[in-house]
Amino acid sequence: MAIPVQSMTGISNARLNVEMNTTSFQKKSRSKLLSIPGTRPSFQNGQLLVSTGTTSLDYVIGGGLAVGTLLLIEEDVFDSYSHMLLKYFLAEGIVCSHSFLIASAGEHPDDILQGLPAPVLDDVPKDEIGKINQRRENDVSEESQDSMKIAWRYQNQPKVQTVLAASSRFGHYYDASKQMSAETFESAEYYPFYLPAEVHLKYSVSSNIHIGYIKLLRFIQGVIHKEGFDRACPQSKTRNILRIGIHSLGSVLWGDDICCKDDPLYAYSLTKFLYGLRGLLRTSLSVCMVTVPSHLIQNKAIMGRVTNLCDTVIGIKSFNGSEKDANDLYKDYHGLVCVKKIPYLNSLICELPDTRDLAFKLKRKQFTIERLHLPPDLSDTVSRLNKQDLAESSKLLRMGCGAAATGKKHLDF
Amino acid sequence: RSPELLFYVDTTEQLFGQCVLLSESKTDGSFLIHHFLSFFLKAQCKVCFLGLVQSFSHYSTVAREKGQLVFFEGLRNSLDMLLPESDASDAEPQPLSFLRWPSTDLRNLFDFVNSSLSQSENDMSRWASPVLLIDDLSVLLSLGVNPTAVLDFIHYCRMAVCSKQQGNMVTLVHNEDDLGDEDCDLVLHALTHQSSLILQVHGLNTGYCRDVHGQIQLRWKDKFQLKRDHTHVFQYKVHDKGVSFFAPGTSSAVL
Repeated sequence: MAIPVQSMTGISNARLNVEMNTTSFQKKSRSKLLSIPGTRPSFQNGQLLVSTGTTSLDYVIGGGLAVGTLLLIEEDVFDSYSHMLLKYFLAEGIVCSHSFLIASAGEHPDDILQGLPAPVLDDVPKDEIGKINQRRENDVSEESQDSMKIAWRYQNQPKVQTVLAASSRFGHYYDASKQMSAETFESAEYYPFYLPAEVHLKYSVSSNIHIGYIKLLRFIQGVIHKEGFDRACPQSKTRNILRIGIHSLGSVLWGDDICCKDDPLYAYSLTKFLYGLRGLLRTSLSVCMVTVPSHLIQNKAIMGRVTNLCDTVIGIKSFNGSEKDANDLYKDYHGLVCVKKIPYLNSLICELPDTRDLAFKLKRKQFTIERLHLPPDLSDTVSRLNKQDLAESSKLLRMGCGAAATGKKHLDF
Repeated sequence: RSPELLFYVDTTEQLFGQCVLLSESKTDGSFLIHHFLSFFLKAQCKVCFLGLVQSFSHYSTVAREKGQLVFFEGLRNSLDMLLPESDASDAEPQPLSFLRWPSTDLRNLFDFVNSSLSQSENDMSRWASPVLLIDDLSVLLSLGVNPTAVLDFIHYCRMAVCSKQQGNMVTLVHNEDDLGDEDCDLVLHALTHQSSLILQVHGLNTGYCRDVHGQIQLRWKDKFQLKRDHTHVFQYKVHDKGVSFFAPGTSSAVL
């Protein structure tokens, strides 16, 4: 499928059609493909996608994160797994040599940078060729290294990728136990924003939006304009993507009070900021991941408005510390993932997953998101009482996700 | 045979000076916006589209003639207001000036709508009745506008477009029922009273489903209250090139 590229606001897709009789689809043949390392076009609506750093999350949100959109992660209670996802997102930017911007009010961006996980450097992930590898090792030990009998297709692949050049592969794996070495991110284009260190603005702003957000918005606008991500002067640089990662937006550290009051003074600050951010993203080659401590926001209507202004929304709920931790059924997983919103971009439909009951587990080299599959209860103490209890607890745990049934009736007709 | 949405909505004699309300809850109703946009453009109406949530390329249109569609891209214009370059106020009033000075109402936005839809003499011969399309009104509430100001704006638009020029108005409101957003509830109820055609799009009560994307309820209100309102309920699934409607429970996945 040819991918037409005209503007950076979005790749206009002539496939969209509402009338059921005729189609206005025109295959654009003579078009230039935007080739930026680390991106690929979506098969579904022609948007340019980047990886979020976690391949299973890419799959859940429809292949990847579209350039120009905003991904919101609703943090888990201790901000452990959502922080991990943010780090994967930034690490992916380094591996694909994208520019990136880290904005934080609590932890210094340099500390976040030091704590990024190291990429797994083998060219082919171990899961895929596990068995073949084993057989190959057994055979090859006697013969010379050059000829491979079974895995002959891999003959010409390099064994270990030693030079971390701008990887053209989409999606990588990261080792959570190792930290990224300093020389890996030395050459990266990195723009930190640390709220306590920011200087005062030159002139006052009276738009009733909190000063911290104004500073951040101005900073992002400055970076986009100065470094040419908005294509204002096309001859200046080769094209690259700007990845923006914002940690714990809306928390008290940003100066906002939506997390401590039911009727906050700055009720509209966060939504105004997100609206401005959305405008900046749509008009530039950038992509943004934001984490928000939604469990602290007292007024649910505010969270609803925030969800409406973001393109993709994922909620993370970990089992840490909750009584479900001891529950046998959930022992394989670390928590639940809830897909609250997926964007409809330049098309009538979006990539909808099969199911929204998803759970995640964090292994050393992989963050997997899987369909929540509860195995049959074969324990000795199985009884009707037990089952009811489990059903209640699973319903309560999923209540926060919002995709569960809301009506009393179990039929729609 | 699946009933066609077009059959119930598109008779042009009925859509004359009407106010249409689209309400979405727990799902995405943007396919209705796309439908009305292309419908009115094909009917040779002049359209003023306030696109507050998406960029222009999202709405692939069939408008080829110059001047038929006036698109206001809210996202682009908002940055000038949120991050002003200088302290001095602009000479020309900006449509989104409420972002910069929160105490003002939506007067400037209405002036923009009025000026783009007021027809000169040669305009009248070229285009049929004017149309105002708003996607999405609840974003204005998220940006801190008072619900009374929003209702005033809608009232002014209705007088200018529907009464004076016999045009049509289509507004999309997004409201999640169970979140207790009082401002949004207020606006939605007021608009439900004022509109003559209401299309409510709901996610399914039993949760998410891949084959049935939601339920749509169409309500035609009779102006003179002589007979009861017509109400139709369908379930729908959105495809690549259109939407298919079917009676509740008769999805192809079920039958």
